[in-house]
Amino acid sequence: MLLFWEILGVSIILAIAQRFWPALRQWMRHMWPIFTAAILSIGVLDVITLGFHLLPLPYFPGPAAVLRNLISDRALLLDSTWHSLVLLLSGYTLGVIVGLISGVCIGWSTSVRYWGMPLLKVVGPIPATAWIPLAMVVSPSAIVSAAGLVALAVWFPVTMLTASGISNTRASYLDVARTLGAGRGYLIFRVAIPAAVPSIFIGLFMGLGASFLTLVVAESVGVKSGLGWYVSWAQGWAEYGKVFAALVIMAAFFSTVMTLLFKLRDRVLVWQKGIIKW
Amino acid sequence: MVKTNVAAASALRVHEVRKSFPVPDAPGTTRLALDGISFAVAAGGLVSLVGPSGCGKSTLLRLAAGLDFPDAGELLVGEEKIAGPSAERGLVFQDPNLFPWLTVRRNIEAGLVARGVLREKRNEVDEFMRLVGLEAFRDAYPHHLSGGMAQRVALARALINHPKVLLLDEPLGALDAFTRMRMQDEVLRLWQARRTTMLLVTHDIDEAIYMSDRIVIMTPRPGRIEQIIPVKMDRPRDRSSPDFLSLRSDILQTMHFAGGSLAGNGT
Repeated sequence: MLLFWEILGVSIILAIAQRFWPALRQWMRHMWPIFTAAILSIGVLDVITLGFHLLPLPYFPGPAAVLRNLISDRALLLDSTWHSLVLLLSGYTLGVIVGLISGVCIGWSTSVRYWGMPLLKVVGPIPATAWIPLAMVVSPSAIVSAAGLVALAVWFPVTMLTASGISNTRASYLDVARTLGAGRGYLIFRVAIPAAVPSIFIGLFMGLGASFLTLVVAESVGVKSGLGWYVSWAQGWAEYGKVFAALVIMAAFFSTVMTLLFKLRDRVLVWQKGIIKW
Repeated sequence: MVKTNVAAASALRVHEVRKSFPVPDAPGTTRLALDGISFAVAAGGLVSLVGPSGCGKSTLLRLAAGLDFPDAGELLVGEEKIAGPSAERGLVFQDPNLFPWLTVRRNIEAGLVARGVLREKRNEVDEFMRLVGLEAFRDAYPHHLSGGMAQRVALARALINHPKVLLLDEPLGALDAFTRMRMQDEVLRLWQARRTTMLLVTHDIDEAIYMSDRIVIMTPRPGRIEQIIPVKMDRPRDRSSPDFLSLRSDILQTMHFAGGSLAGNGT
């Protein structure tokens, strides 16, 4: 019932708002089939779970129960989201910084590539989560080790794609820059790195995906906070409504972070607009 | 026309240059690309290198740019031996090779940024954009430009450093016939305005006759100089004048006897 009022309320608010806000109207005109499909599938889910009891309880509560849990446990969910965000950002930032540095070094210098590439190829593909037992022994605190694991998960794809982007810089760009009087600093920071940015962003996206995975796993085994922990905790109490509530939050949280990265790419790579299709 | 100080032009001299490359398929062996190449471009002169593909024209230009080094012999700008790439010798390729991540203005500025003198010389950027007629496109990215426009940006980018020598590697090779003729006039105008010493690689004989003081004809495998032909016509030259046409047929004959295939696309 609550869910019904909620959908109705949002719809009415949107219907009124779009009269005064043309941009919103434009957006809604574009999005309405998706909204309709979403509302319909929530309805279908409701019928399957509560209406006909086709899915076993308590594992599959209806959408209304999930919403109720979202609201009733909002304080803990908000706190968990906040902890996940902090952990994700610190780990991701660290991984990206280290990955960019090692990627540029491996991509630019042949001797660093000679020694670094085998190491990267052997150590890199190990899933970061496989290091969890070791990380728990080595690190002083669970939070630090979790951030380290997220960083490790991000580091590998960022390094790989940065290195390949740098080493594939068109030789003629470098030649032209040299005849313009460029020194090594210009060649690396003003030619090779900008030329590698499209490839670097692929690494950033892959790293982001890996970081979500590592974050959730690390939180559910070591750290006593965050959305990953919340899910396994709720499961421990057989509160599946809360599990689904956390999944809903994760979906919103991770896709928002992903969207922000897309927005950043669109800004940075604006010069590509018209060359490639996004 | 251009108010910026015109750099003192220097002669470019190539002396007994020889260059070979390793053959990729047969390790340990080398293939001779250039042999006994000697010629000079007078200060403020414009010389063309003409020859079929594989005659080492582009190799020679890379040596002059300092991007590669000869096995024997030397190349000099003025009295100075060429020991590496430098802003004194600008290079323009067939592909404009503009940095796609920079706007037109920032591409033209690149040489100033690379030399760390952007602050002092920022006002020159506008002058060079005017010089090549691209003020309206200052904030456009390279992929929005036509081939001729992109090549004009590449010329401005090379000229902003006031190079003593400008090396042109088939700069108009990728343009359609009409754009190409317009750009030949454009390059001549820049050359006359700035009196930069220019060495132009081309496989277009008409272009060589239309533009240069002297034409160096090369033969392939290994690249050697077949003949150096002075062009003694006044500019602007008439592409259909009897002098032009007779020189053209002389050169064609020379190249034909030299055994080069004129059908080659040239590199």
